[in-house]
Amino acid sequence: MAENIIELRDLTKKYGSFTAVDQLNLTIREGEIFGLLGPNGAGKTTTILMMLGLTDPTSGSVRVCGIDSTSSPTEVKKKVGYLPENVGFYEDMTGLQNLVFTGRLNAVTGNEAMEKAEELLEKVGLTEHSGKKTLKYSRGMLQRLGLADVLIKNPEIIILDEPTLGIDPAGVREFLDLIVRLSREQGITVLFCSHHLHQVQQVCDRVGIFVEGRLLASGDIQTLSENLFSGSPYTVEVGLRNPPQGYHDQNSARWLRDLLGNIEGVGKVSLNYGKYIVECRRDVAEEIAARVVEAGAGLNYLNKKEYGLDDIYHRYFEGRGNNE
Amino acid sequence: MTATVKKRKKLWKADEVVHPFRVIVHKEISDQVNSWRFIILLFIIGLTCFGSMYTALTNIGSAVQANDQEGNFLFLKLYTISDGTLPSFFVFISFLGPLLGISLGFDTVNSEQTKGTLSRLMSQPIHRDYLINAKFVSALTVISVLFFALGFLFMGLGIIITGLPPTPEEFWRVVFFILVSILYVAFWLNLAILFSVIFRQPATSALACIAVWLFLTVFYNLIVNLIAKAIAPSAMASTHQVFRYQEIIMTLMKILPGELYSDATTTILMPSVRSLGPLTMEQIVGAVPGPLPLGQSLLLVWPQLTGLIAATVFCFVLSYVTFMRREIRSR
Repeated sequence: MAENIIELRDLTKKYGSFTAVDQLNLTIREGEIFGLLGPNGAGKTTTILMMLGLTDPTSGSVRVCGIDSTSSPTEVKKKVGYLPENVGFYEDMTGLQNLVFTGRLNAVTGNEAMEKAEELLEKVGLTEHSGKKTLKYSRGMLQRLGLADVLIKNPEIIILDEPTLGIDPAGVREFLDLIVRLSREQGITVLFCSHHLHQVQQVCDRVGIFVEGRLLASGDIQTLSENLFSGSPYTVEVGLRNPPQGYHDQNSARWLRDLLGNIEGVGKVSLNYGKYIVECRRDVAEEIAARVVEAGAGLNYLNKKEYGLDDIYHRYFEGRGNNE
Repeated sequence: MTATVKKRKKLWKADEVVHPFRVIVHKEISDQVNSWRFIILLFIIGLTCFGSMYTALTNIGSAVQANDQEGNFLFLKLYTISDGTLPSFFVFISFLGPLLGISLGFDTVNSEQTKGTLSRLMSQPIHRDYLINAKFVSALTVISVLFFALGFLFMGLGIIITGLPPTPEEFWRVVFFILVSILYVAFWLNLAILFSVIFRQPATSALACIAVWLFLTVFYNLIVNLIAKAIAPSAMASTHQVFRYQEIIMTLMKILPGELYSDATTTILMPSVRSLGPLTMEQIVGAVPGPLPLGQSLLLVWPQLTGLIAATVFCFVLSYVTFMRREIRSR
């Protein structure tokens, strides 16, 4: 297994009485694309700021590339590229000038910065706009320029904070492809923060779910869903044309529960937007179909659900709602 | 193509690694110089300078006859005399200097924040104080170059038109005058930088700066006048009481940076000024009227200079500390 390139130990950040990040333990391995997933205000950005040494943790430690971010932030910032949410550029400078400026801040000579900037502009597909002032760039172009800006320092890690915000779907796909390609080509570790489930699911090797300053779970999507849905790993959605006691009535769910009752492995049955959700411990779709047809309830929809990040995410929020 | 490459090399020292601090300073200076507000202010200041030059030149003849004592320092009169229609050079600078300082400084930090460039810049491998130091250094460089250019341009025009060469002492007095002016503008610059760190919106910080400026130039005088009226000693009061009264009023006035500046420049540009406070008859008796040497003039304004430097450093330290403690988030 590759070594851990980011290690957070019992990381806590408090603003007065408000705890933004609470006892966070997280390790990210070299070369992987890690998705940090959480709603707005979960403490994702605060965690990133602590990784870069831009804000000091209340307690706990951050080690990035084996360097303590709190005590030597400059060393860390040499190795980490950070694309902030809503990245901005100097509007009266061209895209190329902005990149060269960043390059030179990283102790590179003007000529090298120029070459590297032109190369990166080509990579992110902005060569034809390189001489245009960034004031005239569109949102998507700014994000791509931001990616080039992050890469100009030859980072070992790149941290992207909500990088797909405000880009149209086609742009998002292009952007994500670009990230994956760059990461694989150059072996860069990527920390991808987002609240967009599907984007994270598309590109990330591992995912951490981060809510209210706490990491609720982490692992690849398969492991996560296995852990989460260990009680009832399968879900079958059933739609009926003529249910006995009408939709929107929990009695009909009970009726279905009774109907399926003696099939081994069937768990909870509930009604959700006109569809019955049957949770079960093993694959019983076929038997359910047989029972429903037998009862003459007019089966018109049957779907064996596979778990995506969406469900994992919602499951966590449901759980949280019940606890409070 | 090769020509542009060569040009680039010259501009950037493209083959060397330049220290990041200098990279930021370069960028800031070019930003300042290319900005519209700087061009507008440059235009205004240039125009007023030539205006005051014109009045000084037309009145210099009468100025010499009226006062023979300073006849030796005729050249310095170019900077100080006026016929009442247009203020003289140093009055113009004391009026426009704050405006220049404020306009160069009021959006240094908060505009980076609102444009979203601050967090990007801070994630580069530079120390955080580089930014605020670089902003200060670059603005100060721009001001220094501008003032030296103006002051020497004024001097050169004076030489050409009047045919009078300045004596070495006059030359050094002008240099010190320019240095004090830069210091004065640096105070306003730092105040503006402080407000730009405190307030998130550039407009708010600009307004706050202008409010402070107005208060110090207009309202503070009014308040001091009110106090003066209230505590004015009666006609029967002893000399000691009158002396005390004068001292209190002068102390109140000397809190003003503008007052410090005008005291300092008057003393430097008018060698006949011997004291900035009240003098008793005993002190004057036996004094030979005559100009002070440069060293003595400087000694006389030392408290004023110290006050200005202290105010400048105080503002800078406050903004430095505030900025270093600020958590930088995007936008």
